[in-house]
Amino acid sequence: MAINQIQTPMTSIPTEASTPVQSATPKMRASNINFFYGKFKALHDVSIEFASNRVTALIGPSGCGKSTFLRNLNRINETLRETRIEGQITLDGENILDKDVTEIRRRIGMVFQRPNPFPKSIFDNIVYGPRINGMLKKTSAAEIVEKSLRRAALWDEVKDKLHESAYAISGGQQQRLCIARALAVDPEVLLLDEPCSALDPIATAKIEDLLVGLKHQCTIVIVTHNMQQAARVADTTGFFLLGRLIEHDKTDVIFKNPSMKETEDYITGRFG
Amino acid sequence: MTARNARRKGVNIFMLGLCAACAFVTVSTLFVILGFLLYNGATSVSLNFFTKLPLPPGQDGGGMANAIVGSAQIVIMATLIGLPIGFFAGIYLAEYGGKTFAFMVRYVADLLNGIPSIVIGIFAWTVIVVPAHHFSALAGSMALSLMLIPITARSTEQFLLEVPRAMREGSLALGANKWRTIAKVIVPAARKGIMTGMILGVARISGEAAPLLFTSLNNQYWSTGLSEPTASLPVMIFLRATSAYEDWHRQAWAAGLVLLALVLLANIAARMVISRGASLPR
Amino acid sequence: MRPFEEDLQSLTDMLQEMGALVAHAIQRSVLSLVEKNEDYAHQVIRDESRVDQMEITIDDKVASLIVREQPVARDMRLVVSAIKISTDLERMGDLAVHIAERALSLMTQPPLPETVNFGELANLVESMVLGSLESFVNRDAQMARGILESDDAVDRSRKAIQRQLTELMQRDTTTIVRALDYLIIARKLERIGDHATNIAEDVIFLAQGVDVRHRVAEVA
Repeated sequence: MAINQIQTPMTSIPTEASTPVQSATPKMRASNINFFYGKFKALHDVSIEFASNRVTALIGPSGCGKSTFLRNLNRINETLRETRIEGQITLDGENILDKDVTEIRRRIGMVFQRPNPFPKSIFDNIVYGPRINGMLKKTSAAEIVEKSLRRAALWDEVKDKLHESAYAISGGQQQRLCIARALAVDPEVLLLDEPCSALDPIATAKIEDLLVGLKHQCTIVIVTHNMQQAARVADTTGFFLLGRLIEHDKTDVIFKNPSMKETEDYITGRFG
Repeated sequence: MTARNARRKGVNIFMLGLCAACAFVTVSTLFVILGFLLYNGATSVSLNFFTKLPLPPGQDGGGMANAIVGSAQIVIMATLIGLPIGFFAGIYLAEYGGKTFAFMVRYVADLLNGIPSIVIGIFAWTVIVVPAHHFSALAGSMALSLMLIPITARSTEQFLLEVPRAMREGSLALGANKWRTIAKVIVPAARKGIMTGMILGVARISGEAAPLLFTSLNNQYWSTGLSEPTASLPVMIFLRATSAYEDWHRQAWAAGLVLLALVLLANIAARMVISRGASLPR
Repeated sequence: MRPFEEDLQSLTDMLQEMGALVAHAIQRSVLSLVEKNEDYAHQVIRDESRVDQMEITIDDKVASLIVREQPVARDMRLVVSAIKISTDLERMGDLAVHIAERALSLMTQPPLPETVNFGELANLVESMVLGSLESFVNRDAQMARGILESDDAVDRSRKAIQRQLTELMQRDTTTIVRALDYLIIARKLERIGDHATNIAEDVIFLAQGVDVRHRVAEVA
């Protein structure tokens, strides 16, 4: 109603932040997963899709099953006694539960909660994976080491001490070393289980920046306790509670206006 | 201060005092033994001791050269037999053990550890010496290896289990199979502990006399082969100490001193191995 | 209740209080016009500073909450709406003061030859204001939507008054100065209604997470 309103036309009207493209075949899909530790049913009928080149965060209170679920994606749970899984997990459409597990683990890498470098030099840590997977025939070890360390944003910090022990660097650097080690075998999917929980805020920020850049090269699934982290880095977020997947949606939606009351209660800190 | 406080304080001081006294007794016992050995044996340790063969009593200038060499032979052979078996058994227990079989193996290993060494000796005598109709260094080695195997297996297992699960998973997550993980990651990580356990195990068996009494027995002269009776330091100590001759007593002390020195050296070596940097992150 | 839930509650309470102050001011300013009551007008002008202060306090509290709690979902929406609602309320307070000032000026002049009925417009606007505040307190999106629909009625009422005053000014040019004052008051009242509409839109965002601004036609 006011008279003097000079309107400058906007040349480009900003739309909502780029929406994740739901590809026809998601990179990984879990269908109706039930998982048992002995008699205890840890996961109930979990189904979720992971789109290519996206970051998905899995959040939820302690003991909700998000780490358990993540560890099924590269079948590392099989190394524990008395575990049983029902359902299907596919990578590019093929069920990984039927295939050779070492090949699956090369294609689906994992970074753990605490840095776990081998008691070897930085160089040998990174070369370990490619060596056992026969990847040194085509590319030289030095090339792989440099490429992996660059991808993990660690090259500049350690390039002069590649042959020193991996324990001679800080915790944050060790975790990036573990990321570089996982990347050295060129995985298509990278799973991260609370990778920053043992790190200080600056180291955490470096790793978060790194992940956002990495998603263009692989698909990322990250379990995190830190909801601000999920809000910062993930394209989509899944909320687990008591072994069930309660809700999975674009991160924006989950944090601005979630559909399920349990989700909202959790993220606003009303419980858990 | 109240009566209760006074009583508590009194008990505190008394108990601390008691503990300190016991510690003192322990330490001083060790020093007393050392003192005896040094005093009595130092005079007998000479070049002759290391280079000459034993002489009949009454004749001076004898030595225990054959016993030293014999001990070395027997212990080295026992090590060659016992260490690898114990090592791989330890790997099995730590890494592959399912429930039942591993449980049995562990239980049996612990039993073997507990069997008196003299019983091992009798066993070896019955099984090896009697059918062969003669004593031999080989039989001695086998008896000692029977003792070395369970020690090595349990200590290897223990150090392998100390390697954090995260390291195993880290290797498996890169696409390695189980054996690769064990060989290239776990064993190297536990290397120092395993080596220490091995050194201490070998030091232990090198001092055992009982099994050797029934198997390698003794020899006044050089033994010319593994299937002959062979002299060894522990047996020599036994024979010399229980003899009637003063000169031989002194030689027993000397042998004891040498043996103790070897065991101490092994302990020191083990500590040096451990202390050269931690092999696992803390 | 955890401290941060207490903080959110106190934010809501402050908004309620500010809303009550502003609604009161609007009522008083209209009464000062219709009943030619000087005291009411002066009251409104004096109390304005309290409203301004509350806007500052509320915005500051929101900043603290964001920094400390990084609120998400409904808490985030409350905090974001709080800033917008406090702004709208402050503007409504200003408009009430303008109305009171014009009322004072009109009181010193002779009345118009015709009576201009502000009753309908004032009632509509006041009920919109009260309704928007109630919908906020109850997080009632349905009620808020109802308020969005009243906007048209306010528009019609204001235009009717405008037509009446325009015809009067054309017939009798001595009434122009006073009529213009009345015209401006009508527009101010309509602006108050607009701000109440804004608050209603914020309530819908708060309650349902839907941003309905600038799309009233689709919502109604």
